[in-house]
Amino acid sequence: MDYLVNNFDVVVELFLQHLQLTLAVIFFSLLIGIPLGSLLARIRWLRGPVMSILGIIYTIPSLSFFVLLIPIFGLGTRPAIIALTAYAQLLLIRNWLVGLTNIEPAILEAARGMGLNGWQRFWQVEFPLALPMLLAGIRLVALSSIGIGTIAAFINAGGLGVLLFQGVITANYDKIFTGALAVTLLSFAANYIIRYLEQRAELKIYGKRI
Amino acid sequence: MSNGVSPLLTATNNMPVNESGEIIFDRVSKTFSGNTTPAVDQISVKITAGDLVVLLGPSGCGKTTLLKMVNRLYEPDSGKIWMDGKEIHSLPVNELRRQIGYVIQQVGLFPHMTIQKNIAVVPHLLGWEEKRINDRLEMLMQLIGLPVSYLSRYPRQLSGGEQQRVGLARALAANPEILLMDEPFAAVDAINRERLQSELIDLHGKLNKTILFVTHDVEEAFRLAKKIIVMRAGKMVQYGTPLELVTQPENEFIEELVGANNILRKLSLVNVNSILKARENQSFYVERSKTNENINSVLHPEDDLRSVISVLLCSGQDSLLVKDSHNQILGTVGYSDLRNMLISNLPSEQK
Repeated sequence: MDYLVNNFDVVVELFLQHLQLTLAVIFFSLLIGIPLGSLLARIRWLRGPVMSILGIIYTIPSLSFFVLLIPIFGLGTRPAIIALTAYAQLLLIRNWLVGLTNIEPAILEAARGMGLNGWQRFWQVEFPLALPMLLAGIRLVALSSIGIGTIAAFINAGGLGVLLFQGVITANYDKIFTGALAVTLLSFAANYIIRYLEQRAELKIYGKRI
Repeated sequence: MSNGVSPLLTATNNMPVNESGEIIFDRVSKTFSGNTTPAVDQISVKITAGDLVVLLGPSGCGKTTLLKMVNRLYEPDSGKIWMDGKEIHSLPVNELRRQIGYVIQQVGLFPHMTIQKNIAVVPHLLGWEEKRINDRLEMLMQLIGLPVSYLSRYPRQLSGGEQQRVGLARALAANPEILLMDEPFAAVDAINRERLQSELIDLHGKLNKTILFVTHDVEEAFRLAKKIIVMRAGKMVQYGTPLELVTQPENEFIEELVGANNILRKLSLVNVNSILKARENQSFYVERSKTNENINSVLHPEDDLRSVISVLLCSGQDSLLVKDSHNQILGTVGYSDLRNMLISNLPSEQK
């Protein structure tokens, strides 16, 4: 615990870096995943091929993925965000797609029959009804990014992984312990917060007062 | 506000009387991809504005397909559909749909929206002011007979029958001239279904909307319809009033539908109102003097003729007064009417 007390500001900085990395990954994966998932919900035959590609990407070991991206994007957070966003697509799109396709067809037919156009149907009906599943996906993305993100320290992306790598190299168990503790804290916090939002969204679509 | 009907009636009475709500199908056909036989085959029919017309037929006869071509959920392969004298493709599809109320069997209420928001979707799309929407909401809740406090509830907190009422209110929200109803009461239990049916009859009487109503339930069709379009295998078999279908069936299919030689079954399909209507058209002489007005038993326009027989038998009278829900006398109906309207029109029984 000495390490944490003596280097509190360093740990906080790395913690914030890690948080930033995770938020960036969530942001970019939503940017890609929501439109792509919505497309898959409409075009059935695309689902198989796209999901298999995402599945294959997901199986690439993280360390080699990071290293493979270095020649193109150099060192730093950029390749880390790209690799983590690529992983996130499988988790995010699968959930988002389930959320969209599980909406009762009658609800969508009513929306269409009432004269809501594509955008209106999306924002007023599809998005809120698929939101709980989307949030569940975001939660998975957050947790996996926090976890895999520690390895990104290897390619100079910063974050709490720095403590772990340095601790391993210098056999500083206190450092390792501090790093592990901080990562765990981040994971728990992310899980708790997103789970809370998820439950609210769930209550909402079950038509219960919040 | 004590009288649930008045604000509605004034609202509709102030509107200009016009022929909007007329629907014309002109040689409409539709074949779904992968099928060899057409789902709808060369249907031409004119729906008069303000009529409640039922599309009746077995499942797969094309009645729902025909219905959904009106609000362009399906597009016809050939033929044209006219609404208020305009071809339905002459305006943007969503604009068209906002002018047509649409009610489906599974209701399809938005579970994440309160009843208020559910009903107000189309008025919001049309850019109505908040005040106008709120007035309309209050009026609609009265119309469907649900307390205004329900507006803040969610669909899941309502029973199936109540949900379907809200579905109806939602369809009526922007005051469309035309309502399309696709087996709206099929998933509701029998007791509620009957209540919803009489409410719909009532509502149609008040609002004078053109209603196209799809069902496979013969009793329901005859109970509700001003006119019935009987369909089979994509074709229109007969288009007529319930009375016409019972007394002048065009072919064996219709005969079987209305119950061939079962007089009681036939009587059960025709109601008092159609007797009164038919008599109006033929300018029958109404012999009210014969009817004892002091008798407690009265008939209602929506009573079917089988129950009329039973009421007549119980009362010991030859004819009884017909009164509507406001206790207004509409005329009299008696045994002679039943004989005249039905028996004389059945050639097989005459021989």
